[in-house]
Amino acid sequence: MTNKTGASETTAKDDLSQFEVRETCGCGGDHAPGAHHHDHAAPQDQGPKRTPLYDLHLELGGKMVEFAGYQMPVQYPLGVLKEHQHTRARAGLFDVSHMGQVILQSRQEDAAAALERLVPVDVAGLQEGRQRYAMFTNDAGGIEDDLMIANRGDHLFVVVNAACKEADVARMRAALEPGVIVRLLDSRALLALQGPAAEDVLAGLNPAVREMRFMDVATVELAGAECWVSRSGYTGEDGYEISVPAAAAVDLARALLAHGDVEPIGLGARDSLRLEAGLCLYGHDIDATTSPVEAGLSWAIQKVRRADGARAGGFPGAERILRELVEAPARLRVGLLPEGRAPMREGVALFADPDSATPVGQVTSGGFGPTVGAPLAMGYVPAAMAAPGTELFGEVRGKRLAVRVVKMPFTPANFKR
Amino acid sequence: MKFTEEHEWLREEDDGVIVVGITEHAAEQLGDVVFVELPDVGTVISKDDEVVVIESVKAASDILAPIDGEIVEVNEVIVAEPGKVNDDPEGDAWFFKVKIDDMSQLDDYMDEAAYKKFIG
Repeated sequence: MTNKTGASETTAKDDLSQFEVRETCGCGGDHAPGAHHHDHAAPQDQGPKRTPLYDLHLELGGKMVEFAGYQMPVQYPLGVLKEHQHTRARAGLFDVSHMGQVILQSRQEDAAAALERLVPVDVAGLQEGRQRYAMFTNDAGGIEDDLMIANRGDHLFVVVNAACKEADVARMRAALEPGVIVRLLDSRALLALQGPAAEDVLAGLNPAVREMRFMDVATVELAGAECWVSRSGYTGEDGYEISVPAAAAVDLARALLAHGDVEPIGLGARDSLRLEAGLCLYGHDIDATTSPVEAGLSWAIQKVRRADGARAGGFPGAERILRELVEAPARLRVGLLPEGRAPMREGVALFADPDSATPVGQVTSGGFGPTVGAPLAMGYVPAAMAAPGTELFGEVRGKRLAVRVVKMPFTPANFKR
Repeated sequence: MKFTEEHEWLREEDDGVIVVGITEHAAEQLGDVVFVELPDVGTVISKDDEVVVIESVKAASDILAPIDGEIVEVNEVIVAEPGKVNDDPEGDAWFFKVKIDDMSQLDDYMDEAAYKKFIG
């Protein structure tokens, strides 16, 4: 066999290249493995770093690949398909410790007000104990990274993508210091517990988590450790993301895995879960050229930051982004359902007709959706072709295959509002 | 049964017909198979032609023709249920049957012991 989209041989290296490619960062800079030296949690001097759960992944039979400079499990013995289905049916435990955890603390300047210089989002109005999705924009109105911002009372807690974290920290330092203290945490792991059983499982360790609603954040003691918990995730399911001191991470993971409803889930299923949920992957569905409006993320831009809002503009690329909010952009990110069984993966060109010469757009993420039971994709198309029901054609191995524009998510979200 | 370095198996049936599939090892490495595209019956193939497309949850791969010949039958079952490739790759989930003239084409391929050694 020869591999078309992965490496040249069907070894574990396939996964490696596949997933190495999947989190490339458009946020300026070469993210070669081992290029970052700030993470003191990493036991080695060079090469891919390890999360505090590395040994546990090996013990659980995780197939390790390099991803954003880290050794991460792409799957466990259960396999991508069953891991995906298990997360939708019960609960899955993900190690996302490679992501960047950053604290912003007010000194001479209010951290929330200051952060609004970098994101088109209402940070100043974010209530204590609440979290909000945001994106760092650039002067051209593109997206440098997407992130979560939580108001934890005396500080903001920000979580950014692994491949972008060095650039994000540099960006925040340049824009916010010295008025605001910017601290990249290197002593905390990050776990995600996702799925309909997540509440019951986590409540077994501390019933307080039952009271949390979608996007609430709280400090909760779990397995003896002080954890920063948010009710959120990247799967379209109810669940929690848990920042835990590195030294306590393995004990917490074991306590969660001890529950019969919990399986460990790798990066492979994380990708198919978020794809079905219609969620963007940075470097693929959004990048330095796509604006939040094109990406269908206008909902994340609150009224107060829009034209005529009390704090209108004032973020990079405001001119383009505010204009697109009113005039509608030339292209839009849409959901795509191939009519046949062939998956349409990233890079597949989209055409208006079976025989037209020039593509009108491109698939930015695509694959097989285990819950949908069919291939699915997302990509950018001209605004005139973005209405659900529009038929387009994706070119796969030289053949034009019919694909239909559909609303996202592909699977209904199960958040606890 | 013979094996190729591309992780295909070839089993001789009667009348110069060879059944071709992929090995357990290959199926395991591919992960959950979600799509299979087979050639049309009657297609004349040459060694190293891309005859089958197989996609798993992870990636798309080609199956290269291991021999020269003519496709006389394909296994539609794995088109309808690609997951069978993971369940029984060396049995029910065969890919296609090829009629060949020159049986010596198989001589260079590995026997089971050699293949087991090859995959280590």
